[in-house]
Amino acid sequence: MLQFLIRRLIGAVVIMFLIGAFTFFLFYTVPQDFAALSCGKNCSPENLAVIRENLGLDKPITTQFWEFMTGIVAGRDFATGHCAAPCLGQSFSTGEFVWDSILDRFPLTLSLTVGGLVIFLIVGLGAGLLAAWKRGTVADRAVSGASIVLSSFQIYFLGPIVLGIVVYQTGWLDNPKYHPFTENPLTWAAGMLIPWVVMATIFTAQYTRMSRSTMIEQLQEEHVRTARAKGMKQSYVFFRYAWRGSLIPIVTILGIDLSALLSGAVVTEFTFDLAGIGRLAVDSSLTKDLPVTMGVMLFGAFFILLLNILVDLVYAYIDPRVRLS
Amino acid sequence: MTTLTKTEGEKAPTGPDSFLSVRDLRVRFSTEDGIVKAVDGLSFDVERGKTLGIVGESGSGKSVTNLTVLGLHNPKSTTVEGEILLEGRDLVTAPEKELEKLRGNKVAMIFQDPLTALSPYYTVGRQIAEPYMKHTGASKKEARARAIEMLTKVGIPQPESRVDDYPHQFSGGMRQRAMIAMALVCDPDLLIADEPTTALDVTVQAQILDLLKDLQQEFGTGIIFITHDLGVISDMADDLLVMYSGRAVERGSVREVLRQPKHPYTWGLLSSMPRLGADVSQALNPIPGSPPSLLNPPSGCPFHPRCAFTGEVPGDRCSTERPSLGEGRAAACHLTAEQKQSIFIDTIQPRLR
Repeated sequence: MLQFLIRRLIGAVVIMFLIGAFTFFLFYTVPQDFAALSCGKNCSPENLAVIRENLGLDKPITTQFWEFMTGIVAGRDFATGHCAAPCLGQSFSTGEFVWDSILDRFPLTLSLTVGGLVIFLIVGLGAGLLAAWKRGTVADRAVSGASIVLSSFQIYFLGPIVLGIVVYQTGWLDNPKYHPFTENPLTWAAGMLIPWVVMATIFTAQYTRMSRSTMIEQLQEEHVRTARAKGMKQSYVFFRYAWRGSLIPIVTILGIDLSALLSGAVVTEFTFDLAGIGRLAVDSSLTKDLPVTMGVMLFGAFFILLLNILVDLVYAYIDPRVRLS
Repeated sequence: MTTLTKTEGEKAPTGPDSFLSVRDLRVRFSTEDGIVKAVDGLSFDVERGKTLGIVGESGSGKSVTNLTVLGLHNPKSTTVEGEILLEGRDLVTAPEKELEKLRGNKVAMIFQDPLTALSPYYTVGRQIAEPYMKHTGASKKEARARAIEMLTKVGIPQPESRVDDYPHQFSGGMRQRAMIAMALVCDPDLLIADEPTTALDVTVQAQILDLLKDLQQEFGTGIIFITHDLGVISDMADDLLVMYSGRAVERGSVREVLRQPKHPYTWGLLSSMPRLGADVSQALNPIPGSPPSLLNPPSGCPFHPRCAFTGEVPGDRCSTERPSLGEGRAAACHLTAEQKQSIFIDTIQPRLR
């Protein structure tokens, strides 16, 4: 198990490096003077030279890349001060350290992602289980039908509708806004509720259908029948035997869906005008702010890789055949 | 002695020794294509400490019958008629709660493929301990000790450490031993073994059969042994029921049925079996045709489209009238006793040498 973890971590580092290199050099294929962007209008050649030096743009591209990558591990010194590791550089446009702006916005994106994830897992899997348990009944048909309708929605379509009804028409809730969890968990939840529900709706439908079908499949497995033949209660057989098996394909798909979930978070941030990481990424690539784009890319990749390792651990926990091989 | 004396459809009081008594059992599945008559008027008895063998082709209703005994069929698409009397109590009408208490406790089941019949997600020990805890109210610790005891009994080496293994760490034969340990953990009075050795190789098969016989002697368990392997059945069973198309076509003691079979289908089964010491140049005689569709079974005797001897029966009785299975040692066939005797001696017996 430990060996597996170490292997995965080394793999993750290599992937991060490749993503970093790809993003970096892709950016430089765009003919653009980053210093001029930073300097703005009415820029004197002297100013330009200073900025160029401050940003390290006078050095060869490979050196710049090297400095950027070593900065992540060891930190870097800029004209404006020391940037502690993990240093993702300094924004061209604002001069802020990228790591700081990411940390600033990360809690929002994390809240959005985790909240949405928890909701769609509970509701999606729950509804799927219910449909499988009551297979062929009205409840099953209602759940299956609703999931088909809901899965055809999009966040940017559903979002404004929900906003229009819940906020502008009835005033039940305020416009979505991020309040730190540590300040007051209640206002935090109230502020995120609409984005959570809208984001979860899109994913819920898919997980409902999946958990229903894998559950029905599992219930026909021979080992499930054996458990019944032993005299175990039906609910026990359902949850302990059948559900355990049906979790495996669900966790696998969840691992694949994690990146979709992050991009869902980006769309959600735009839909509800929230300033999270996704917003930061899009803004920075529009203003050609290389360090910020790099930083967000790497951070996002790191996050997804981390979650993937977590999914593998869950997978190993569920299925002993994975654990021991 | 086994009392295989009841006629089909007759509701007779069960004898003192008859532990399980199935009377005129009819099982039907409704499918998209129509109604499948999986079991159609089947009666048999099983006693404590004795083994009833059930043989027949795939789809002859062997497994369905026994799943129905435990109530493991899908209640939504299945209709069950007739009686399944366990110590006089009818299981067909018994509520699910009551069946739960019987399963794994009084009546246990061993399935064909131990690879898929054991859950890959739980240790062997836990899977053996579960029914013991449920039915006896034992603590986790007691149940674990019992699981180790059972693993020892079925001949698993180092049971103290193997109890914590997962099924995939066991070999095929060991899995089936674990399955048997699981089935016998509550000392059931009846064990239903549904082709327990079909998925195993021959040497392991012999070990498992010996194990079952030993355990039967020790616990006095009645066994229903389902198989399509006539060699295995001659070794295991006391009585034999030959099934075809959801019906019993011949019954008797194993010796009687295998030595002096009376039904053309049983003749076919025996002639199609390869024998050691047989003349290698002599071809096997498979039964022509294929098993009948249970959706739309043939009229009259279900075996008549494949039977070579319909010409011996006057008129078209074979295709119009369903032959009944008489009492005791009997075969459901329109041929007269003399005809059966002479056909068997003249035509069938030479093939069996």
